[in-house]
Amino acid sequence: MAESATARPAGALRRLRPSGALAGVVPFFAYTTVFLLIPTLVVVIGAFLDGDNRFTLGNLDGLSSPSVVRGIVQSLVLSAVTSVGGAAIGGLLAYAVSTARDGSVTKRFFTSLCGVLAQFGGVALAFAFIASFGGTGLLTVLLGKVGVSTGTGFWLYEWDSGLMLVYLYFQIPLMLIVFLPAVEGLRPQWREATETLGGTTWTYWRRVAAPILFPSFVGATLLLFTNAFSAYATAKALVSQGSPLIPLQIGSTFTSEVILGQENLGKAMALAMVAVVAVVMAVYAWLDKRASRWMQR
Amino acid sequence: MSGQRARFRRKQTLLRWVVLVVVFLFFVLPLLGMLDFTTQGPGGQGRTLATWRTLADVSTISVDYPALREGFLASVGLAVITPVVMLLLLVPTMTWVRLRLPGLSRTVEFICLLPLTVPAIVLVVGLTPVYAWVYYFLGSSTLTLALAYVILVLPYAYRSLDAGLRAIDVRTLSEAARSLGASWFTVMWRVILPNLRTAVLSASFLSVALVLGEFTIANLFSKKNLQVAMYELGKSDAKISVAVGLAALVFGFVVLFAMSFVGSARAGTSPFSRLRRRKEPSA
Repeated sequence: MAESATARPAGALRRLRPSGALAGVVPFFAYTTVFLLIPTLVVVIGAFLDGDNRFTLGNLDGLSSPSVVRGIVQSLVLSAVTSVGGAAIGGLLAYAVSTARDGSVTKRFFTSLCGVLAQFGGVALAFAFIASFGGTGLLTVLLGKVGVSTGTGFWLYEWDSGLMLVYLYFQIPLMLIVFLPAVEGLRPQWREATETLGGTTWTYWRRVAAPILFPSFVGATLLLFTNAFSAYATAKALVSQGSPLIPLQIGSTFTSEVILGQENLGKAMALAMVAVVAVVMAVYAWLDKRASRWMQR
Repeated sequence: MSGQRARFRRKQTLLRWVVLVVVFLFFVLPLLGMLDFTTQGPGGQGRTLATWRTLADVSTISVDYPALREGFLASVGLAVITPVVMLLLLVPTMTWVRLRLPGLSRTVEFICLLPLTVPAIVLVVGLTPVYAWVYYFLGSSTLTLALAYVILVLPYAYRSLDAGLRAIDVRTLSEAARSLGASWFTVMWRVILPNLRTAVLSASFLSVALVLGEFTIANLFSKKNLQVAMYELGKSDAKISVAVGLAALVFGFVVLFAMSFVGSARAGTSPFSRLRRRKEPSA
């Protein structure tokens, strides 16, 4: 290599230089190829292979089995409900926090608290709810005192009640973190301008703030959706029987002995998840580009 | 007019406190439920600090709960290795792309943000054959999970490092250093890195938080980190594991709260304000 390079005239050397620069990014591309691109390809290709590594569409047929369809539908519903609910409550919270003074303890307190609750999530959150709603749990006792019975407590482990409540518990904080910058991008001058022109608070929200915040709000909601859709730890720690959600089903194909010829069903389910998330993220990226127009200060 | 303004302010303050208090109650009640649960006496009668006393006693806990000790140590190790690998991988690459290969910047960005569309549970499925090789070459220690965690933190780390690089003039800084005879290593280590301090800090902090909270990959690869240890302990000794969960949440909150003060102090010393201050005495 070195010999042939020295033998060439200077002009050729200069043309060679870009490849020297390329050497600088080899570690990064090598690493991401091994730990990101190959795993992605394993899932994508594996979804179309049978037990003997022959091409098949059988795994995709497996996706239409009733239990898998139920898992996907329930995951979609859970993610949709908690993302819309979380976005509404979290959006209100973000506005409330944004009206606090910059650098005030209130603002720091809530952003830090939400940072922890949105990130740490998982097992600890599940424990928090199990401990609170157990037989002698704090909330069971408190609710009992005001005459509300929480029943047997089994509702906590159902995907359409307890899981939704627990998911909201990390969706609202995430909304605050994602949406706060957009709300803080609202300039007081815009409100003043509305008032100078004779507009009311309602006019300001309806005609100025809402259209500006709308792309960010929808974008944040989509982000919350993918967050809930891909969540595994919280559901795993709460649900001990059955697999009501698609991530749990993928997890169970992983740990249990699967039926012969179904080894790649997990990959097909994983591919379905990636497809859903990819579509949502593509819309998110497009909206984010629109939203960022108003964020330049 | 000023009366109207004052009334508006009062209304806004009232709304703020109503919302904040209601949401705060929702956030804090389950945490109080954890505290309540861990201090309940036998059979739900009376109060006892026995659980917390056990937790505070490091020697007892490491003897009585070896799994917890193992998981904790593994998570600490992972929380050190992951940010180091992430920084070694990202900082030179992103700087190099900015300096020499601007045409590749979109590709690098795309790859770094790709993990956002690949849920951890999907990554586990795809990583299984890759990890067969990792185990073959590096042994099957829990610490090998750091290699996968780097991928998980990639999007967040990329964003904060990108913001940091955008705020400084990489080209001028490196050309100045190179023309004074600095090697590329010196440029990275003594010029670029000190200027990226805040971004590097926040990227590392995000990685640490993500690693300490990670459960999916560790659990499905049957490795024991803090979260998996907590999860497994929850089946046999719920009180201790709830206490560990609460302690982890409170610890995370205290660190973030403290960081929010440090971070803003750092933000105040942007390169320009530092330049200005240094000029003042001579002027």
